[in-house]
Amino acid sequence: MSSAPQAAEPSAARFDVRRLFSDNPVAVLTLVFVGLFVVTDIVNRVQSSEAFLTPKQVSTTFLYAAILGLMAAGQTLVMLTGGVDLSVATTATTGAFMISSYATDGAAKAIGMALLAGLAIGLVNGIGVAIFRVNPLIMTLGVSTVTLGALTIYSQTRFLAPAPDIVKKLGSERFLTYIPYNLLVWLPISALIILGLRYSGFGRMIYAVGDNAVACRLAGVRTWQVLLAVYALCGLLSAAAGILLVGFNDAADLGIATPFLLPSVAAVVIGGTSIFGGVGGYAGTILGALILTVLDSLLTILNASQAVRQILYGLIILALAAIYARAAAAD
Amino acid sequence: MSTVAAERGRARIHWGRLARRHAWTAGVYVLLVGLILYWRTIPAQWGTFDVQSLAIDALPFAFAAMAQAVVIISGGIDLSIGSMMGLVNVVSAKYMFDATTAQPVSFREAIVLALVLIGGAALAGALTGLIITVTKVADIIVTLAMLFVWGGAALAVMQIPGGGTPLEFSKLAIGYTLTPWLPSGLVILAAVILLVWIPIRRRRPGLALYAIGSSRNASFLAGISVARTRIGAYALGSALAGMGGLALTATSGIGDALSGQYYTLNSVAAVVLGGVALVGGVGGLIGPVAAAFVLTLVKSIMILKGVDQNWAQVIQGTLIVLVVMIGGLALRQRGKNL
Repeated sequence: MSSAPQAAEPSAARFDVRRLFSDNPVAVLTLVFVGLFVVTDIVNRVQSSEAFLTPKQVSTTFLYAAILGLMAAGQTLVMLTGGVDLSVATTATTGAFMISSYATDGAAKAIGMALLAGLAIGLVNGIGVAIFRVNPLIMTLGVSTVTLGALTIYSQTRFLAPAPDIVKKLGSERFLTYIPYNLLVWLPISALIILGLRYSGFGRMIYAVGDNAVACRLAGVRTWQVLLAVYALCGLLSAAAGILLVGFNDAADLGIATPFLLPSVAAVVIGGTSIFGGVGGYAGTILGALILTVLDSLLTILNASQAVRQILYGLIILALAAIYARAAAAD
Repeated sequence: MSTVAAERGRARIHWGRLARRHAWTAGVYVLLVGLILYWRTIPAQWGTFDVQSLAIDALPFAFAAMAQAVVIISGGIDLSIGSMMGLVNVVSAKYMFDATTAQPVSFREAIVLALVLIGGAALAGALTGLIITVTKVADIIVTLAMLFVWGGAALAVMQIPGGGTPLEFSKLAIGYTLTPWLPSGLVILAAVILLVWIPIRRRRPGLALYAIGSSRNASFLAGISVARTRIGAYALGSALAGMGGLALTATSGIGDALSGQYYTLNSVAAVVLGGVALVGGVGGLIGPVAAAFVLTLVKSIMILKGVDQNWAQVIQGTLIVLVVMIGGLALRQRGKNL
């Protein structure tokens, strides 16, 4: 029983895990997701002697995760360029409000108005960040404050109808018993983003701008156009999330999307996208959204208060950001 | 003293540089004076009441602006200022009010508690700084996470607004000193700047603060402990945010976990408007304080003019966004000139 090989073995194994994590975060995150699901199942069995690992709960997890996933999709694009968008939640709320206020004019117009509003907010963010070079965080936080104020006034003056049936169906119902309709929105968008980031010129440009904006500009890339497009897309995706959200909740209110703001950043950070930009992708974010959704269920089962959740989210972001920073430093 | 005098004598005063350095701050004060002159004409009987209510409205904001300014000068940014203010607000309001007797505690106990809380806030800020320097995670991410940690803690302390504070403690912020034209809040602000900020700025720690904000590498090579200075900056910023939280307690008389939420963004706006560059190393605390008063006054004037409260919020937010956009443009122009 010499201690030398014993000591060497775990350190080698640890090295491999770290290596695996930095090389292929998606595989590790999938394991975390499955593991967390099993833990939740065990906790639920202990607490209420009911299984959580059922097709129904898996389906529900995806139903919830789609909204967060869409909001985090825009956030991923923005964070890949080295920015952050703190207006995703209010943009989603705006989308939800547009659906409610144009519900009587038909679903198509309502959805169109919601997406248009999202695009407009995204463009304002983009103009501030890309053309006026405002720090993204401040620009988006400011736009978010203004939007929320405007929505407050809007909600006092306008009658808000329940969402149109098709939006409700899209946001809360399932087909073939288990498949949520909102996956019909989330899956194609996910595929488009993952493939687009990898294979399209625009996708590569996002990584390039995030990696080194100055070098990009010197190489002839119109950096501001890339940034403008990314923030506009983020607005659009957030509004889409808002549409699903109002479909899920039936009616819009001012706080409808607020609980998604921090998780949208957390999902991206968990997914391995660097806050400094240039590294990461949407596949990790999807798993980040799924992990957070299961974690939320677990906390609900454990009867955790809003306060505990908030603290926990903060600590998770912190811990993961530290792990990724360490992994990046080790490379 | 003689060496200082000798040094002063040797160093020529560069008037041009002096003007360039302080032109922005001076401009903010001119703007403030202009706004005050206009504000005076609106109410039928403008008087001490208006002056005091402006000071009450602006006091927590001014502390938030100072807190953010210290951190931004050091080259960081602190998004947790608002929730730290909320946390100190609820903790102070909870323990300054004896629930069993339904009476506020004595003034002396309130002051002791306030000092302990400022110390606690400084420690919490030091912790944030320590996390940033040890993990090497970006300031924005760490303080964003802390925003939620402190916010959650505040909710855990007090879910619905409540608590209280002794009247004498409130008087520190809402009363007046000597004459009704001099609100106590202004005196406290001046005292903090004169007794805390100026001494720090004039000595080595202050110099180190500006140095690391300007260039961390150069500061390191010059022998400055960059990590320690950054931690110190977050601690000082957080202590100022703690004072802001106490100001919230004193001015509102109650604790509310969400009371600080607007101050994170507003503090950044006041800092930018107050002439502190977001890249660090430039600016002071006097400018941001004036900017906090300007932004508060803009809102009060709008409300006096009969603008709806919510609209005033929107317009103020739009102004803040425009300010940072113009600030960004200025930075860009400066970059071109280099």
